[in-house]
Amino acid sequence: MKAEPILKVENLTKHFGGVTAVLNVSFELRQGEFLGIIGPNGSGKTTLVNLITGFVKPDSGRVTYSGKNITGKMPYTIAGHGISRTFQMVRLFYNLPAFKNLIIPLSSPRVKKLRGGEYGERDDVAVDLLDDMGFERDSFVPYKMAGSLPHGYLKRLDLARAMALRPNLLILDELFSGMAMSEVASTLPLIEKFNAEGITVIMIEHRLRELFRVVDRIFVLNFGEKIAEGVPQEVMNSDAVKKAYLGSEVEEI
Amino acid sequence: MVNLRNLKKGSRLADRDTSYRKKRLDRGIKVRADTLFAISSHREIFYLLLPRVVPVVALLVLPLLLTGYWGKVLVFACMYGLLALSWDFLASCGLFSLGQALFFGFGAYVAGILSYYLHWTPAITLPIATLVGGLLSAAFLCPVVRLRGVYFAMVTLMLPMLLMKMIETTELVGGGHGLSALAPFHNEWIARYLAVVAFLACLFGFRRLINEDYGLVLKAIRDDDRAVMSAAINIYWRKIQALFIAGAVGSFAGAFMTHHYQFVGMSAFALDYSILPIAAAALGGPGTFAGAALGSMILVPLSESLRALGGLRIALYCIILIASVIVLPEGIFHYMERKYHQFEKLVKVG
Repeated sequence: MKAEPILKVENLTKHFGGVTAVLNVSFELRQGEFLGIIGPNGSGKTTLVNLITGFVKPDSGRVTYSGKNITGKMPYTIAGHGISRTFQMVRLFYNLPAFKNLIIPLSSPRVKKLRGGEYGERDDVAVDLLDDMGFERDSFVPYKMAGSLPHGYLKRLDLARAMALRPNLLILDELFSGMAMSEVASTLPLIEKFNAEGITVIMIEHRLRELFRVVDRIFVLNFGEKIAEGVPQEVMNSDAVKKAYLGSEVEEI
Repeated sequence: MVNLRNLKKGSRLADRDTSYRKKRLDRGIKVRADTLFAISSHREIFYLLLPRVVPVVALLVLPLLLTGYWGKVLVFACMYGLLALSWDFLASCGLFSLGQALFFGFGAYVAGILSYYLHWTPAITLPIATLVGGLLSAAFLCPVVRLRGVYFAMVTLMLPMLLMKMIETTELVGGGHGLSALAPFHNEWIARYLAVVAFLACLFGFRRLINEDYGLVLKAIRDDDRAVMSAAINIYWRKIQALFIAGAVGSFAGAFMTHHYQFVGMSAFALDYSILPIAAAALGGPGTFAGAALGSMILVPLSESLRALGGLRIALYCIILIASVIVLPEGIFHYMERKYHQFEKLVKVG
């Protein structure tokens, strides 16, 4: 009875020289699902995102998105299909005002098509979106140069940039790293809202407490391999995960 | 310019009399962003229009005043200005070109060939050379749009040299002797005003374009091309379009000079045409187009007036360039713009 998976990753593998970044990773994602990916530093989470979004070409394996083979396609082609991502190290246009950052995705062929070739008032759309992200419309913040904004705002601007593309699948690569608790608390409901509106979300995160509250399912990467998958409680109780990831950290705490 | 003496007097008045305070002229005009203006009086319109109208009027009047040699220098300055604008346009989307001579040479040779072999007049060769030159530039550089920074620059530096040597060794299109006795412009006045108007049109056109959505995408590519890619925009196609635009502008300058000299030779691919525009942009301040335009309007007449010094000319020229880069690394235009926005007026308090 399950719906066709929207994203299907099969045996994805990537080596960088002698280092195996991602090894034989397979998973499926249904429309509207909220998936968390966790793993220790250097376990291949970001590489996996780069492989899916086309920034890195896989050595072998296959990525299928709503029936289309997108393995090794150019990043802009993949983004055009509706897969949008944020970057762990935010990538923004620092020499443009914050709201102008959103004009870039808003003027992409994909959004033009979705909006029916409708022109104009794109600045308004951009400011609206930023307003939702906590850039108050009546303050100076949305109109400031992106380069002059503090880190927490940059992270949310990156999220807004990803959302401006009107994605079907949103991939968040450590969105909360470097964010203040209050910012996390105000951003998390937003992401839940996007998910509730039908956007499929993949979230890579080190803040497990926040992650577990929102995800339907998680899987754990260690040294590029998937070592566990399931609902958060089950996964965290599995021995492999405790040993590879949580065990050491819990002891330290 | 706002009357400086009154301003000085005014600031003393503000020191003495506490019922006045100083207020920057641009405050109140700028709303939130640098690009949004709210104009509420004629004075503010004047304040905003002055720096835009003065250079336009000056450039339109100058061809009438300057005759003979200095008239030619003005035309020359406009053509170098076009090359500098074309360089600045590419730079603003992250493509650093060391080969403006490539664009110049393409235009020069296309116009030269059409004029020499087909005897077409400048009225036909100029538009064709502009278009074909743009296409050739984009076609020659499209294999390397994936390269960035210094790698792209190296290729652009090589290509004009390569074409120069090709023409020399194959003896095609005139070889080392070039093509001479080409059709001149029918009317010197038309030619002069064509140069000035093309220069102004390019300057204001580029300034407009770069703030449109189209230009924003180009600027964004310079800031972070991966973020542009993840916004579902084909950056390579955009870069090729930018190369076409910049190439067409450079080619127009080349084609114009071909008919101006009534000659085209290998010197159209000379390094001068690559380096001088960059020097002009660096002197004037890159990234604004106005800086590149201003720089070429200063450098070309300067280099001509130093001609009397003979061999020392180049040395002095270099010293001026180095000094300007050290003293004013932001460029003359940025400096002037900043100062202009810092003009203050007195406002009665309460």
